[in-house]
Amino acid sequence: MNEMTETATEAAVNAAASNRSVKMRGDKVGVFYGEKQALFDVDLDIYEHEVTALIGPSGCGKSTFLRCLNRMNDTIDGCRVTGKLTLDSENIYDPKIDVVELRARVGMVFQKPNPFPKSIFENIAYGPRIHGLVKSKGDLDEVVAISLQKAGLFEEVKDRLNEPGTGLSGGQQQRLCIARAIAVSPEVILMDEPCSALDPIATAKVEELIDELRENYTIVIVTHSMQQAARVSQRTAMFHLGNLVEVDATDVIFTNPSDPKTQDYITGRYG
Amino acid sequence: MTDIADQSVSTAAATTGRSLLQRGEHAKRRAASETRFRMLGLVAVMIGILAVVGLLASILSNGVSSFFQTYVTVDIYLNPAKLDKTGNRDPEALQKVTTFAYAPLISAAVEKLIETHGIEIEGLKPKDAAKIISKEAPASVRNYVLAHPSKIGETVKFDLLADGRVDGYYKGRVTMDSAKLDRNISPERLELADKLKHAGVLKTRFNWSFFTAPDASDTRPEAAGLGVAILGSAYMMIIVLVLSLPLGVAASIYLEEFAVQNFFTDIIEVNIANLAAVPSIVFGILGLAIFINFAGLPQSAPIVGGLVLTLMTLPTIIIATRAALKAVPPSIREAALGVGASKMQATFHHVLPLAMPGILTGTIIGLAQALGETAPLLLIGMVAFVREFPGAPPEGFFDPASALPVQVYNWTTRGDPAFVERASGAIIVLLVFLIIMNGLAIMLRRRFERRW
Ligand SMILES: Nc1ncnc2c1ncn2[C@@H]1O[C@H](COP(=O)(O)OP(=O)(O)OP(=O)(O)O)[C@@H](O)[C@H]1O
Ligand SMILES: [Mg+2]
Repeated sequence: MNEMTETATEAAVNAAASNRSVKMRGDKVGVFYGEKQALFDVDLDIYEHEVTALIGPSGCGKSTFLRCLNRMNDTIDGCRVTGKLTLDSENIYDPKIDVVELRARVGMVFQKPNPFPKSIFENIAYGPRIHGLVKSKGDLDEVVAISLQKAGLFEEVKDRLNEPGTGLSGGQQQRLCIARAIAVSPEVILMDEPCSALDPIATAKVEELIDELRENYTIVIVTHSMQQAARVSQRTAMFHLGNLVEVDATDVIFTNPSDPKTQDYITGRYG
Repeated sequence: MTDIADQSVSTAAATTGRSLLQRGEHAKRRAASETRFRMLGLVAVMIGILAVVGLLASILSNGVSSFFQTYVTVDIYLNPAKLDKTGNRDPEALQKVTTFAYAPLISAAVEKLIETHGIEIEGLKPKDAAKIISKEAPASVRNYVLAHPSKIGETVKFDLLADGRVDGYYKGRVTMDSAKLDRNISPERLELADKLKHAGVLKTRFNWSFFTAPDASDTRPEAAGLGVAILGSAYMMIIVLVLSLPLGVAASIYLEEFAVQNFFTDIIEVNIANLAAVPSIVFGILGLAIFINFAGLPQSAPIVGGLVLTLMTLPTIIIATRAALKAVPPSIREAALGVGASKMQATFHHVLPLAMPGILTGTIIGLAQALGETAPLLLIGMVAFVREFPGAPPEGFFDPASALPVQVYNWTTRGDPAFVERASGAIIVLLVFLIIMNGLAIMLRRRFERRW
């Protein structure tokens, strides 16, 4: 069965690679939390201008893998990453690279909306300011407005940019966080269950937004909702117990998965 | 309808044998123990309140009078023949004239005062009459003359401190009976004081010099003030604030945000917690050994006191700051790191401002603790009798000074009961400072409190 799976996957990957370029590539990525290994030899390619969904039962290492992609795991004491991860074929775990620069290029949206306890404007202006992306106040205003527009939030908040970001509704806060991530012009946006704290209407809005953002950005999203993965992603990677079970085009995964574990998981018999 | 409902209720009670209106054996016991516990708590709180009220009442009743002082208004003829024999107002020559030359002038002025008001008291020797004026008076007249040499030869109106016993007479500490047995006062002089009071030249009024004057020797409690002590305490607080806030916050940020958890940091952590519990007198010994004997800093100086109190305050500030930093949700740090802030930017732009109320509260409480600390200061010589005001900072930090709590201690050890009153007054001043500081802490916390 393994051989079958591998050839099938490889074929799919190659097919995709022929018309899309690889943005990020994981090569035998392993992650240890102290002694405990949470991720085993994950080989996963992220293609440019695509939404890649990571699915799998709780505790299988989706967040762990996602957080490797912008080295957010560095902040966890005792976390160690092995193998190789590249962004535009540069190894992001090379000791010489600047982590801050990496995080500016690979932005992140978290599971729980976490706006800064500052004004809406300041929330978005912060990133461009610390990266020196803007020269004048006028430029900054423009970046804030454009980011909010791209996140589909501008109309709702344009009259109260000076009010605290924490005063928005949950869905608005999450879109604010997306706008904040966009404001520093990242190339890749990582989202860890961005809709899990939102109601269905806010979820629909964010999903719509993700689909639009695909035009300009590369997106990796962790989700527990099969429908969401099916709706927003082009490729889906299934994780189980720290292993990458399979990765393929989303419609293949959902209609004709090659691994029975995937089959069980997406039909809800498992996890 | 109602009937049916009633019926069903009674049947329910009948079938289960239970009713919400009747307590069972177990429930009764539980309710009783709850009532007992509540009463116990109430009694505890009452005892606490009583203790505080009693303490405050005794301090206030003893100490408030120290804010008032008795003064005598006299016209003194600044006799040039006594004060300036050369006649050319040479400052150096004036400086050489001691307070002994001034005393007769005051005596003469008091005699004249008695004469002009037509006061006659049997058994009062003329030379004793002037003893109702404080022994401090010649010095204050002399200071005036040195400051205004041109006034020599004129008659100037002075508000002179009355003697401590006379002052005590109006505060109820001295009575006619006790005056008979007292070498320092006689009933005749008290009678004189009464007559002068009646004539309107002897008054008891608010005593600003209690806050501005330096300490005074054992025989003149009426002149003793808190000036040097307040200044010394203020200098030490400045030193403590300037040293312990940045040091404490930097150490906390490093430990909380940057340091990797390992054996070494664990040891530091345990030590900081222990330092906070070290008796303060140990810090005094440390200060004596290191700052005075080893580093050679002067004794009794605010700089040494400030350094010792800094060592004492640091653990408090570090513990408070770390707690405040810990209370900032990690999601804020992740948010900042996620948009590409460096660790330092995340800390200083986002975490620190959110932790600020906690840090400030901790700092002020640490400072308040330091302000009231006495034991370590005794060991480094702050208890010495200091009459000279320390100079302006930064040099003034090295001049001898006193401190508020030490001054309280010092006054309670003196013989004259007038000093007990002063000590209570000083305690009130200290308490007012502490209340102000704690109020400030509460205000800052309210002000900066933010939710996320
Ligand atoms: N900070 C950490 N320290 C130690 N172990 C961790 C840490 N974070 C995650 N793990 C472990 O790593 C494994 C993978 O966790 P991860 O958070 O990546 O799972 P996940 O797939 O995102 O799960 P979920 O869907 O519930 O979010 C789990 O077994 C978890 O216990
Ligand atoms: Mg997760």
